[in-house]
Amino acid sequence: MPNVMLRYNDKGELLFYVAKKDLEEVITSIETDDGASWGGTVELSNGDRFFIDPISPPPEFPTTLRFKRG
Amino acid sequence: MSEMTKEQTEALIQEVLEVYPEKAQKERAKHLTVNDQSVEKSSKCITSNRKSLPGVMTIRGCAYAGSKGVVWGPVKDMVHVSHGPVGCGQYSRAGRRNYYVGNTGVDTFGTMNFTSDFQEKDIVFGGDKKLAKIVDEIDMLFPLAKGISIQSECPIGLIGDDIEAVAKTKSKETGKTIVPVRCEGFRGVSQSLGHHIANDAIRDWVIDPATGKEFASTEYDVTIIGDYNIGGDAWASRILLEEMGLRVIAQWSGDGTLAEMENTPKAKLNLLHCYRSMNYISRYMEEKFGVPWMEYNFFGPTKIEESLRAIAAQFDDKIKEGAERVIEKYKPQWQAVVDKYRPRLEGKRVMLYVGGLRPRHIIGAYEDLGMEVVGTGYEFAHNDDYDRTINEMGNATLIYDDVTGYEFEEFVKRVKPDLIGSGIKEKYIFQKMGIPFRQMHSWDYSGPYHGYDGFAIFARDMDMTLNNPCWDSMTPPWKKLGEETAIAAE
Repeated sequence: MPNVMLRYNDKGELLFYVAKKDLEEVITSIETDDGASWGGTVELSNGDRFFIDPISPPPEFPTTLRFKRG
Repeated sequence: MSEMTKEQTEALIQEVLEVYPEKAQKERAKHLTVNDQSVEKSSKCITSNRKSLPGVMTIRGCAYAGSKGVVWGPVKDMVHVSHGPVGCGQYSRAGRRNYYVGNTGVDTFGTMNFTSDFQEKDIVFGGDKKLAKIVDEIDMLFPLAKGISIQSECPIGLIGDDIEAVAKTKSKETGKTIVPVRCEGFRGVSQSLGHHIANDAIRDWVIDPATGKEFASTEYDVTIIGDYNIGGDAWASRILLEEMGLRVIAQWSGDGTLAEMENTPKAKLNLLHCYRSMNYISRYMEEKFGVPWMEYNFFGPTKIEESLRAIAAQFDDKIKEGAERVIEKYKPQWQAVVDKYRPRLEGKRVMLYVGGLRPRHIIGAYEDLGMEVVGTGYEFAHNDDYDRTINEMGNATLIYDDVTGYEFEEFVKRVKPDLIGSGIKEKYIFQKMGIPFRQMHSWDYSGPYHGYDGFAIFARDMDMTLNNPCWDSMTPPWKKLGEETAIAAE
């Protein structure tokens, strides 16, 4: 259950950063992102998958959230 | 030796690794690589931030070094107590040359060593009472100290002293900021974790309690984060930012103060020089206070120009014009430096091995002087640092992580660089091997190297080292071939 910092990079992509793991990857896909809620399984550019229960209303970035390994 | 191909460099790494036992060989192989710019993610080619192998000569420091020596130490108006035995503080005292303005011992304490000097009885019965007494003494002897940080040395964690409790009680009593930092040397694999712990301590004990403090901010407030003012670096950077119309409200932590740290969340933009040691707090301020941050590089005119423009792009036209004006103003100055030194340094090859930022940041400055960096490596970088390094380095150059004394020597023997830039522990080995060397941690007692002013000093120092006549005297006269040998008088 890593604590994940989410922030936009210069290109406007969402970055997924886990300090303890030195993991900083772009989120390539999110299961639910329809304006009303945000979350589900996220896939990173290195192929890793994490899961978070959809949050409603969508969180404002940058923020820190707790993910599960998906 | 001419340009090495990728295969040759790979063969060199293999050859160097051969002396290790099988297990160590397998482990070390992951930390050495040949640069390939087509690789997007460094994790595919290099492993970093791992524990050093027992038995090899690593050049790394400890978490205490990262916290007290790097992040906290330069905060000038606080007293930093090295809590534990006397040695850690004394042997690291003032070694990093973080310059500051102030009266040492009155309102600033940068080059002084404060320690709780642990004895056997403190280890056995605990040192909390002693710490409380020390805080009282400091408060009495140095009334102008704005705060105290307690930098734990190894024994504090081992005996389980509750320094947080002491800090809280004493902070209430004295009304001053007292920061307990749990940076015991045995934590983590290198000083890198010390940076992180120190950042977290700043977050919990300085920034959060100061939220809501009043501050008259302007539209053009920026901060310099991760510049430790080594030989005056932060000053050489600061004047450029101020000349383009920005207001620098805080310096972290070279020549910095506690008040500056508290005001940082009120800035419009955090400018991050040393990404490795202060990205944690920058990320936190972005999340909590919405202060964006960006990395910049003030080594060498090319990078300075790029950075000034990138910084200006975050502001309005007034600052953008200011940036162009600054670039224009300093152009004749650095052009003269390049014209003077480039012919003397052109084509020289450099190998670097420094801490967590310079192995990639200085490359631009060497390139401005026509020099080439043929090998680089970090003591304690993480993979995000190597991600940023791959594009800076040429193809087929060597990259080494946490290089061991043996590996470094072997690489140097084979690559035969004209200059090496690394730390004090490496300096005399390479000088005795007859290779010009610059100590790049504290600029070999010179500096500043940041900014346009720093570039002139950088170029002069490199020339002074490389073209020093002493390198022609490495071979004693009687061993020089083709020269007459002395004949004994009859």
